[in-house]
Amino acid sequence: MSTMTALTDRTATAGEPPVDVADAVPRRHPWRWVSAAVVLVLAAQLAHLLVTNPRFQWRVVLRYFNAESVVRGMGTTLLLTVIAMAVGIVLGVLLAVGRLSRNPLIRSLSGLYVWFFRGTPALVQLIFWYNLSQLVTRLSLGIPFGPSFISADTNTLITPMLAAILGLGLNEAAYMAEIIRGGLLSVEQGQVEAAQALGMTRLRTLRRIVLPQAMRFIVPPTGSQVINMVKATSLVSVIAMADMLYTVQAIYNRTFQTIPLLIVACIWYLIITSILYVGQSFIERRYSRGATRQAPRSFLDFLKIRRTPPPVVDRTEHTA
Amino acid sequence: MTEQKQPLLRARGVRKHFGNLQVLNGIDLDVYPSEVVVLLGPSGSGKSTFLRCVNHLEELDGGSITVDGELVGYTRRGGRVHELSDRAIAVQRRSIGMVFQQFNLFPHLTVLRNITESPIGVLGEPRARAVEHARELLARVGLADKADAYPRQLSGGQQQRVAIARALAMRPKLMLFDEPTSALDPELVGEVLATMRGLAADGLTMIVVTHEIGFAREAADRVVFMEGGVIVEQGTAREVLETPRNPRTRAFLSRFLDD
Ligand SMILES: Nc1ncnc2c1ncn2[C@@H]1O[C@H](COP(=O)(O)OP(=O)(O)OP(=O)(O)O)[C@@H](O)[C@H]1O
Ligand SMILES: [Mg+2]
Repeated sequence: MSTMTALTDRTATAGEPPVDVADAVPRRHPWRWVSAAVVLVLAAQLAHLLVTNPRFQWRVVLRYFNAESVVRGMGTTLLLTVIAMAVGIVLGVLLAVGRLSRNPLIRSLSGLYVWFFRGTPALVQLIFWYNLSQLVTRLSLGIPFGPSFISADTNTLITPMLAAILGLGLNEAAYMAEIIRGGLLSVEQGQVEAAQALGMTRLRTLRRIVLPQAMRFIVPPTGSQVINMVKATSLVSVIAMADMLYTVQAIYNRTFQTIPLLIVACIWYLIITSILYVGQSFIERRYSRGATRQAPRSFLDFLKIRRTPPPVVDRTEHTA
Repeated sequence: MTEQKQPLLRARGVRKHFGNLQVLNGIDLDVYPSEVVVLLGPSGSGKSTFLRCVNHLEELDGGSITVDGELVGYTRRGGRVHELSDRAIAVQRRSIGMVFQQFNLFPHLTVLRNITESPIGVLGEPRARAVEHARELLARVGLADKADAYPRQLSGGQQQRVAIARALAMRPKLMLFDEPTSALDPELVGEVLATMRGLAADGLTMIVVTHEIGFAREAADRVVFMEGGVIVEQGTAREVLETPRNPRTRAFLSRFLDD
């Protein structure tokens, strides 16, 4: 209190009116203008190159962009991404919980899985599943070392699609397990104790308290994994699956229009990954509820690029 | 008067160690229904550990704890004592509320959902009833208008009062408070202690670990002084705080009475 009065007194004696920063001159940013100019020039050069260099063959790009086989290839790529990611996430959650389990057998088996599937190349795993029939000729379901109920020829059972799902999905699970485990570990132990003190079982604590909070740490790296997967599915061209890359390769092997067709593939990949990127932002927003003191932002705020004033948080005290 | 009733909590020879450190060295304590027991003691004397043993957040090494006639964490079957399953322990914890030093509210849920989560999910209360009860409790801790806020938007004192409401929503028979005001700025301590005094007056059975001697003097039916994992002295607030018999109690209290 006494310091306050002292300060006010001093300003008052200086004879100046009290300062109000509301109409202060904003800080200047000359280097932003300089760098913007540089970027603009570079962009213009790039655009010039893209338009004037005839070897890009934009007409070919345009012709094949929505060719039926290309679109179908994209469909395969997307389907594979969705299924492989689903396998990866579901199995990844189980493995992550397994690695944090109190049961030592489950803990080491989960660790062993992650060690193996992360430690060998996805491409090798893919080819391995595709060629499983060389290792075991028949697969059957039944009592171990006893009679079997169903059995099938490995070659007919493991289609290229199934090999692709196993190869990409099981590999992805190992990475997702580590991402999810990291997320679970980032939630404070006090949260678990509070949940248990309220009579929640371990499973309920995980589902309702720990996992939703861990999501904030799990979603961003998972977004990267999905985008990686969109591109990693191109590995399946080695097992003759007609995904995006395989389809354009098939075309340019025939027509020798390599560059324009690769551009077609790149544009498609970029479109898909851009959509995924926006999707990720929405999921992140959903799981950031309560994470900061700021009130959650709405969909409209998200679309506005201009700076919005910070939301006002009601901090009025109400004492009993 | 309380002496004729059965104790709500009965601890017998409770022992607990971490590594080489014997933290609890045979704790015997009875707490009767509607009694408010304040646990005092220097840092590291095992107060938190004892509270955590009461709702089995820590496993005992030896001795036993009974709440309302039920052995905590174990069951007697065929002349032997068996460890209970996680699920059965979770059921036991429903009737024992706990308030933590760091509040431990669930930051991803609104204040209202923090309070209704367990009554709905664990006790299976209908949502409408749970919400109504939660609003009553919020009014009781003076936060009726904060139902839709997220915990991080509240002050520490408000958060701790929500944590108290959350524990009360389970209608516990026994409430444990582990230094509920230690993480608070001095000007926020009063509002939490006022809430707790209200609960004591309503007849809730409470075990409170605190360094607030004033609260002990006003609200405690009994003050228990712990040191080195044993109970050194216990009695009414007046006996223990005004005329401590044990020299170690006296040494501990002298630090508080100076100011
Ligand atoms: N999980 C643990 N692992 C190892 N040591 C522990 C653990 N929990 C508690 N301890 C030790 O046990 C002793 C008693 O701890 P406890 O938290 O019960 O003390 P306290 O009386 O509550 O002290 P304070 O007043 O500082 O909270 C301390 O020396 C502490 O370091
Ligand atoms: Mg403590």
